Amino acid sequence: MANLSNWGNRLHSGETTYPIVAQRKRWFAVSAILVMFAGLVLIFQGLTLGIDFKGGTEYTLSNVGGQSVTIAKDVVTKEFPSEFPTAHSQNDGSILVQFGTIDSAQVEPLGVKLADAYKISVKDVSSNFIGPSWGKDVTGKAVKGLVVFLILVTLVMTAYFRAWRMAVAGLVALLHDLIFTVGIYALSGFEVTPASVIGFLTILGYSLYDTVVVFDKVKENTKDVFSQHRFTYDELANLAVNQTLVRSINTSIVALLPVSAILFIGSFLFGARTLEDISLALFVGMAVGTYSSIFVATPLEVALRDTEPRIRQHTADVLALRNSGGSDVVRPDGTVRVGALVAGHHQGTAAQPRRKPRK
Amino acid sequence: MSSAVKGARRTLQGLVAIIVILFAVLTLGVTTHTKGAHWTPGLGLDLAGGHEITLRAVTTDGSTVTQSDLNQAVAIIRKRVDASGTSEASITTAGSVNILVGLPGTPDQATIDLVKKSAQLQFRPVLAEATSTGTATVTPTASPTPTGDTVSPTVLPSVPPSASSTVKPTASAAASGIDTGSPVHEMANVKTGATPTPSATPSPTPAPTTKPATTPTDPSSLSWITPEIQAAYDALDCTTPESRSGRGILGDPKAAFVTCDASDPVKYILGPVEMDGKDVATAASGPHQTQAGTTDGTYEVRLTMTGGGAKKFAATTSRLYDLYKAGSSPRERFAMVLDGVVISAPGVRDGAITGGTAQISGNFTQKSAQDLANQLKFGALPMTLEVQSEQAISATKGASDLQSGMLAGLIGLILVVIYTLFQYRALGAVTIGSLLIAGGLTYLIITLLSWGMGYRLSLAGVAGLIVAIGITADSFIVYFERVKDELREGRSLVAAVQHGWSRARRTILASDAISFLAALVLYMLAVGSVRGFAFTLGLTTLIDLLVVFMFTHPILAILARTKFFGDGHRFSGLDPRQLGRDAIYKGRGRVTTPDGAGEPTLTLAERKAKKAHVAADPAEKE
Repeated sequence: MANLSNWGNRLHSGETTYPIVAQRKRWFAVSAILVMFAGLVLIFQGLTLGIDFKGGTEYTLSNVGGQSVTIAKDVVTKEFPSEFPTAHSQNDGSILVQFGTIDSAQVEPLGVKLADAYKISVKDVSSNFIGPSWGKDVTGKAVKGLVVFLILVTLVMTAYFRAWRMAVAGLVALLHDLIFTVGIYALSGFEVTPASVIGFLTILGYSLYDTVVVFDKVKENTKDVFSQHRFTYDELANLAVNQTLVRSINTSIVALLPVSAILFIGSFLFGARTLEDISLALFVGMAVGTYSSIFVATPLEVALRDTEPRIRQHTADVLALRNSGGSDVVRPDGTVRVGALVAGHHQGTAAQPRRKPRK
Repeated sequence: MSSAVKGARRTLQGLVAIIVILFAVLTLGVTTHTKGAHWTPGLGLDLAGGHEITLRAVTTDGSTVTQSDLNQAVAIIRKRVDASGTSEASITTAGSVNILVGLPGTPDQATIDLVKKSAQLQFRPVLAEATSTGTATVTPTASPTPTGDTVSPTVLPSVPPSASSTVKPTASAAASGIDTGSPVHEMANVKTGATPTPSATPSPTPAPTTKPATTPTDPSSLSWITPEIQAAYDALDCTTPESRSGRGILGDPKAAFVTCDASDPVKYILGPVEMDGKDVATAASGPHQTQAGTTDGTYEVRLTMTGGGAKKFAATTSRLYDLYKAGSSPRERFAMVLDGVVISAPGVRDGAITGGTAQISGNFTQKSAQDLANQLKFGALPMTLEVQSEQAISATKGASDLQSGMLAGLIGLILVVIYTLFQYRALGAVTIGSLLIAGGLTYLIITLLSWGMGYRLSLAGVAGLIVAIGITADSFIVYFERVKDELREGRSLVAAVQHGWSRARRTILASDAISFLAALVLYMLAVGSVRGFAFTLGLTTLIDLLVVFMFTHPILAILARTKFFGDGHRFSGLDPRQLGRDAIYKGRGRVTTPDGAGEPTLTLAERKAKKAHVAADPAEKE
């Protein structure tokens, strides 16, 4: 991993810099198109809601030994001629039967009939009945949770960074991640279950976590921005993004590994749908969350700060100094080497010479 | 040993102490066989298999369901489920209108139906009463004294003073008469009086519905007692708590009914239903007021009827008052039956109650009066329970889901371990150690919580734990990258660890605070599986903080002083040369170079000495 390490070194020292902040218009355009696309898909295609949101009845039949799914459909239509059940085999060999709302008292007897039809024990039948109004409750709670969370987060971030622009940029990145993930669900037609909602809500926490780490570095780098005239605010913020790039990649990979494990297990080996639903939402959300913390949050924060007269004046001063040849950060080829502001520090008393032990 | 190392050791000792204490508590619990203590965490219904029902309390007349009504409904369902012999059922309110019922295993249809049934309040006249002291000793109409509570019109109408004076004597007589071991105040209360149930069969009384031979003239008529009723009454045992908890068995409203008292071992034969919950407007409790308008330290329950209820109540009480004057105890009493058991059976001794309001007095304490008023209010509410969702998870599916979850967690953990070893080399071992400690702590705490607080791990909770692996490892990466940055800036490892820590600490605190906030909001607002997920996510966030502060940082501070890490061995993951520093400052003016070729440069003092030496004797240089 020496290469990644070297790359990390060059990024940290400013030897290699990706002009992420400078090219922000490009990234904003990419994100805007993605979000708009996701929004359009959401509006026109809509989400495939699971029975937990629209009400309905669902049976999972285990240990059926590869029998046909039509048996289940026949049993249901015989009892409830007005229902149009769907049934399909799952990865773990069980059969999932879904149809509309029936009288809750009939759920259990129908389960027994299904068990009889497949000659399996009643213990192998799981059922899930959701009344029509329950879904509204669940949805209402999720939306309420989202709003409360966003308000609290704005307060906490404003307090922590003492800068409302960072909070706003963080929130925009958050919404970006959320809309994109939900859009993926709409596009792919995956069913939205309470478990996927858990996934969506967790993305909130994760996306912010990532953004906070990057912002922390931005804040550190730009602390003394006004006391120097070598670099502009944009350049220092960009340095921060570059310096946290290796960390962002590492944390994303480490966070995605267990999620992929769940996704893999859920999709290919067994049929633990709760796990699968949570991890799919998380997988998409975490990936896009890493992207947004680098390419959306910081550039947006810089764009907001650049409207401040003080920052604009400072940027103009720095550029004027460079043009007059008074700046030492311009390389011979005309590019600017953005590096650490402070040349050196005291290395701590531990680094001082120590007396040799007497012999 | 420097003070930093001492501090680090102390912190590590603290962590060990925490783990040892948690482990010791659990061991103590398990080895002493304390209820609920096991080596493994309790599993939720979706993993262990079971039946989960969400009910919503709905009123037919649009009145609102209060928290107290909901609690009452939960209490009734709990009694029924307990009586059915289902153990470990969980019945809780969820939000302001929902009730969540969890039944482990595969409950039979009868038990499931018990849960869904709404409770009903009925008023029936008492025909016979007996204290059941044991099995089969019941004499049918043996009840010696009218017990306890009296009902009097609230607006003490034209009660002759003598009437009120007779109340107390009766009550006290009752108390002495019914000395069946129930607390004195209960007796005096005359509450439903003690209801003994000797039981041949623990089942209360599935009221026989045979019609009486002769047509009874009024609801208090003894001709309601058919031989079947009498037989059921004789067989009834009200001494067990199960027999007194009702099961929603209401009996035929137009026939006699045999049942137990809700709190005391007393059994009754009751006449047909005369009034029900719909006839009651409301009930309240308060200090009992004597006729002089002063309080005497006892409490009473005030019952208000609806318009129609007042008329029925007037008719009933005037008949009962006549029976009282005729001395046909206990038939001057009427029983309030909630969910099939008698919650109170006061006598009418002060005259017919025509005003639509009545007070029940006796030896109520503030709490018992409050309880009865709540029960009556609940009975008055036209509430039904609507099934919102019902989930039956087979044990087969739960076990396979748990297996998948554990396998996914294991694979995730191994992947993270491989990646961190690859990326951070020996430093990866610190990550693995931290993850193992975090895992162990989580396991201990969840096991303890499932013992102490009845926490149950659900599949969503398992998902939360797996996701937490990545998020926990994140904070180590933030820390290590920070230390690397400090090394790149030329600090020695010891200084880099201290300096990097003070920077990384803030970042970790801020981002963990955000994570925790998310978990907290989810937990407070969400229902069902989302809560389980939020709980484990919040818990692991806290554990992550604990581990980073009490393990990862101290261990790194100690390791930084070892030769392997401090000299930047190429597999240590903290090799300054790989981090772009050409030389390591070794102190005293010495610097070691990347390839390590040649001797280390001289120290400052050595250089000075050499210089002085050369100056003093230039010739020697040649």
